[in-house]
Amino acid sequence: MSQIFHRSANTIARVSIFGAVFFIAALLGLFDEVNRSPWVTQARTAREQPIQFSHERHVAGNGIDCRYCHTSVEESSFAGIPPTKTCMNCHSQIFANSPFLEPVRESFRSGRSIEWTRVHDLPDFVYFNHSIHVHKGIGCTTCHGQVDRMPLMWQENSLQMEWCLDCHRNPERYVRPRAAVFRVDYAAPANQLELGRTLVAEYQIQKLTSCSTCHR
Amino acid sequence: MSADTPRDSGFGIRDSLKIRDSGLGIRDSLGIRDAQSSNRGLPRESRVPNPESRNRDLPDESRIPNPESRHGSFWRTLDERASDPAFQQRLYREFPSQIEAIADPVERRTFLKLMGASLALAGVTACTRQPAETIVPYVRQPEELIPGRPLFFATAMPLGGVATGLLVESHEGRPTKVEGNPLHPGSLGATDVYAQAAILGLYDPDRSQTLTNLGEIRPWAAFLGAIRAALTAQAPLRGSGLRILTESVNSPTLAAQIRDLLARFPSAKWHQWDPASADSARAGAKLAFNEYVDAQYRLDQADVIVALDADFLGCGRGSLRYARDFAARRNPEQPERMNRLYAVETMPTSTGARADHRLPLKPSEIARVALAIAGAVGAGGAGEGNVAQPPSQGFGAPAVQKWIDAVAKDLRDHRGRSVVIAGDSQPAVVHALAHAMNGALGNAGRTVVYMQTAEAEPVDQLASIRDLVADMNAGKVDLLVIIGGNPVYTAPVDLAFASAMGKVQLRAHLSLYDDETSELCHWQIPEAHFLEAWSDARAYDGTASIVQPLIAPLYGGKSAHEVLAAMSDRPERSGYDLVRELWKVDPKDDSAWRRWLHDGVIPDTAFAPRNVSVTPSRPAPSPQPPAEGFEISFRNDPSILDGRFANNGWLQELPKPITKLTWDNAVIISPATAAKISGHQAPAFTGGEHGQVVSDVLEVRYGGRTVRGPMFAVAGHADDCATLFTGYGRTRAGRIGTGAGFNANALRTADARLFAGGAELARTGDTFSLACTQYHHLMEGRDLIRAVTRDEYARDPRSIREHPGIEATPPRTITLYPDYRYEGYKWGMAIDVNACIGCNACVVGCQAENNIAVVGKDQVLRGREMHWLRVDTYYRGPADNPETYFQPVPCMQCENAPCEVVCPVGATVHSHEGLNDMVYNRCVGTRYCSNNCPYKVRRFNFLLYQDWDTPSLKLGRNPDVSVRSRGVMEKCTYCVQRINAAKIESEKQDRRIADGEIQTACQQACPANAIVFGDLNDPNSRVAKLQRQERNYALLGELNTRPRTTYLGAVRNVNPELES
Repeated sequence: MSQIFHRSANTIARVSIFGAVFFIAALLGLFDEVNRSPWVTQARTAREQPIQFSHERHVAGNGIDCRYCHTSVEESSFAGIPPTKTCMNCHSQIFANSPFLEPVRESFRSGRSIEWTRVHDLPDFVYFNHSIHVHKGIGCTTCHGQVDRMPLMWQENSLQMEWCLDCHRNPERYVRPRAAVFRVDYAAPANQLELGRTLVAEYQIQKLTSCSTCHR
Repeated sequence: MSADTPRDSGFGIRDSLKIRDSGLGIRDSLGIRDAQSSNRGLPRESRVPNPESRNRDLPDESRIPNPESRHGSFWRTLDERASDPAFQQRLYREFPSQIEAIADPVERRTFLKLMGASLALAGVTACTRQPAETIVPYVRQPEELIPGRPLFFATAMPLGGVATGLLVESHEGRPTKVEGNPLHPGSLGATDVYAQAAILGLYDPDRSQTLTNLGEIRPWAAFLGAIRAALTAQAPLRGSGLRILTESVNSPTLAAQIRDLLARFPSAKWHQWDPASADSARAGAKLAFNEYVDAQYRLDQADVIVALDADFLGCGRGSLRYARDFAARRNPEQPERMNRLYAVETMPTSTGARADHRLPLKPSEIARVALAIAGAVGAGGAGEGNVAQPPSQGFGAPAVQKWIDAVAKDLRDHRGRSVVIAGDSQPAVVHALAHAMNGALGNAGRTVVYMQTAEAEPVDQLASIRDLVADMNAGKVDLLVIIGGNPVYTAPVDLAFASAMGKVQLRAHLSLYDDETSELCHWQIPEAHFLEAWSDARAYDGTASIVQPLIAPLYGGKSAHEVLAAMSDRPERSGYDLVRELWKVDPKDDSAWRRWLHDGVIPDTAFAPRNVSVTPSRPAPSPQPPAEGFEISFRNDPSILDGRFANNGWLQELPKPITKLTWDNAVIISPATAAKISGHQAPAFTGGEHGQVVSDVLEVRYGGRTVRGPMFAVAGHADDCATLFTGYGRTRAGRIGTGAGFNANALRTADARLFAGGAELARTGDTFSLACTQYHHLMEGRDLIRAVTRDEYARDPRSIREHPGIEATPPRTITLYPDYRYEGYKWGMAIDVNACIGCNACVVGCQAENNIAVVGKDQVLRGREMHWLRVDTYYRGPADNPETYFQPVPCMQCENAPCEVVCPVGATVHSHEGLNDMVYNRCVGTRYCSNNCPYKVRRFNFLLYQDWDTPSLKLGRNPDVSVRSRGVMEKCTYCVQRINAAKIESEKQDRRIADGEIQTACQQACPANAIVFGDLNDPNSRVAKLQRQERNYALLGELNTRPRTTYLGAVRNVNPELES
């Protein structure tokens, strides 16, 4: 009986068996990269909003403090999206007839809320609290990026768990003095690690990495 | 088999099983390790009688707890007690149906295919991107509201003529959780199951949602027109055709409105019918004092308490307060302050379980016992001269006589420091006797005070509804307005309320549900839930509270105030206007009003004690001779009451105290009676530990009427009588309640409201599956509950902690791993078995706080109930009158948690504060953790139990807790959301969390203060102090799991005279 397979079949078999290992590894690697990519995390992608609200204009241009609109950031888990009334505080006087602001005026007249698209959206099983981060010296821009340079809002970071854990494991790399938490022009000093260690001690920052810190 | 039989491991039952054939029961083989028995040093055979012989014939003496049996060991179910080999076998075959599936090759192939497909699908579904969400801010944000932070509002829940003060948590305008109001005298921060379940009642999608006339949706104005036309027609008749039927009214505003209406229509009549209120207590007060008064007990002052079929701890007026006061006097660390509780009762209750001495008797015999005790304490019907005569004559059983004599002596020895309480299921004469005894013992004014009734207009409600039916039948009623209640279902069956109602020209019904009564009324008005409406209500001591709404009516419901306003000459007044008008709030300065709303109580509105004395001219209360034949007694169901909570899934699925039945009622009888009827004491039981009870269906005949219901034997029930819980067998309750159980009201005639003799029970030959959780998570002979007497505890305080035969907790050095030091906080919990009354408030509190799903009867039958916290009931002693103990079992948060080491995906791991964290998003559902948990506290979502679709149910969920989906394990977290919230608040203020700042949901609900949570690293915390007590023990501590939750053993304050 003649051979069914040519001798080269041995080589092909070996290459494909060992090659499969690399192929699977490469697939996994690719999957991992895709999973961290902005395509999945939607980081640095500006979202469509019902109103073309510019943080750049309001923060850098007008110098409005974060807390003027995000009022509950120091008290609550939720930083707070300003009610229409807050917009109208100024815009009943300034650009009072701008067509871009018609949705705001419409909301104020009708009592129907403006429906903003959520930019920073954690999964529902994650419980994040703004107030404690702010109290422990984590600046707004540390997570949200240079909001003063965002004409339309985007999410600066991946918001994935490894990104959270990076700071929860090494808070000294990111912490800043409490007085500078709301400053958008704050730049980490050259001696950040040294400063960070003193602040970690001073603010009694614990390296909380237990699951129930965020998941419950 | 000797007393030093070594125990090889924590699972020593398997050895015991081997030696079971030696003729002694399995528990005897364990009983030898009992501390007290070895303390006494008596030869074993003389102490432990053969349980078989004890079961078979039940002499009268056996009603009295056998002192010897005190040293027997514990059991949970009657089968377990009977050591039925078949039962033991079933116990080990945990999942019989699944085993068959795996053993069959064809089934296995299908199984693997399905598993493969689900795995693939599960993998794929995890790869979706998050959908875009929107944020919807306010247009004008309310001033005091901070998004993300809950607000708490004080309100009150009226039920059965009394109100409980509540604090309700509100997230952005949605009430999500009910807690007790610590400032309210009837709550002191605790709640009952009904208050806890009120959230689900509010969001129930089956509530009556539209105003209808003959089934057609009509606007409110149409009803206004119809009712005003009918009233106009009544005006010349002075309202002689107008009848108002309400439940017990304790809202001063509502009472004032009804009185106004009656003033306008002087010939109209106001009737009341409320099966949840205490009709016999009212009648008893009237009989004793010739006027309606409320008795209020000061249990903190009472050394000796006698309960005459009274479940004062478990339900009824002031029970939360009574449970708190009672438990505070049960602390064995202050033995001289420990009170002693005697209970005579038919159906075992929470109170009977906590009693130091309990006497099960047929309902009709209790009056005779009351009379005998009354005679012995100088309050006998024939006057004080009767004392010399042996009062207990006439009771056949010497043991009962001895019991009565001992109780009477104890009462006489504690004049002014004792109290006799009669229960709602006993007739007025027993209440009158209790009042007479309290008077004769000098308790009146001390341990019991009398005052004006909390109800606005107390009446004999049975007579009231009888009059109404007579008037309706006589054609005298033209307009019937029913304000709340469901009389078609609850009224005595022989009155034929439904057919009488058919003779009324215009019938309107205000109720939460479109129920049996609504069906027969022309107008159905959706009622506003108490969390949706303004009102006021009085507590058990008269303290008034404003009922303030937490949310606008979800379905446009109307409150009773608004319906009565519609019938007044000023229909535009709202409930808010009416309440403020009654309480004379100055519109210009309502600071006092704001203070009342904030505190939840109106100061100085409690009624002053009144001096009343037993009417001397009162005819001697002579109870009727005991009813002939087999007796049946009727009770409101402990979970769904008279049926008003039948559509509440939390309450339906709640294992009822003592019986542990869910979703059903049953014909409850004693084991001996069950043996007479069906030949075996315990119901047949299938399906291993996660199984079900298959019970004989009985036909109960009484007065020419019959109902059919499953038989259920309960240890400690009186012989030759049956207890039927009402509230089931509803035909229009909603999707949850309709069709569950059988309607016991079908036998309940006006003459047999409480109990009746001459009933018959017969087997039908049918069987019925009962979902009884008492059979789930069985102890298998392990030493989980510990109880000693006060004297034993005083003699040897270590008698609870150190049980001979139970290995001590291994030393910490036994492990290879370095010991973990918990710096910062170290959370722990202590549960006082001695205080727990088994009321279940913790279970519903946990369910509400942690978004726990309702699974339905079919799933409970498979042992898949989801409660994170269960209350186990343990018995000790003879089946006809055992000692009873309750043990709440949440996750033990073991330091060496067996579940953690077996999880392949790290979904359950330890936190640095010692919590055993459960990470839902990591869980893949292997269930290894649950298998390896010795405490059986992990719960698995076999199916998608949560309702993800019904919009109203989404509103009621706690936003701080994940809503779990299918395929995920879950368990008690020590309310980690509360821990985290408190930690964040304290760290923002740069301080440590104070002791008591965090209360877990179960702890907060507990009326008896049985659960204490706190930081074990703080030596002065309450929990640390409790865990240092001598009677603190760990459940299965010998397994070296090092549970953070520990238990304080029970200590009974027995009367030595009844012990010897």
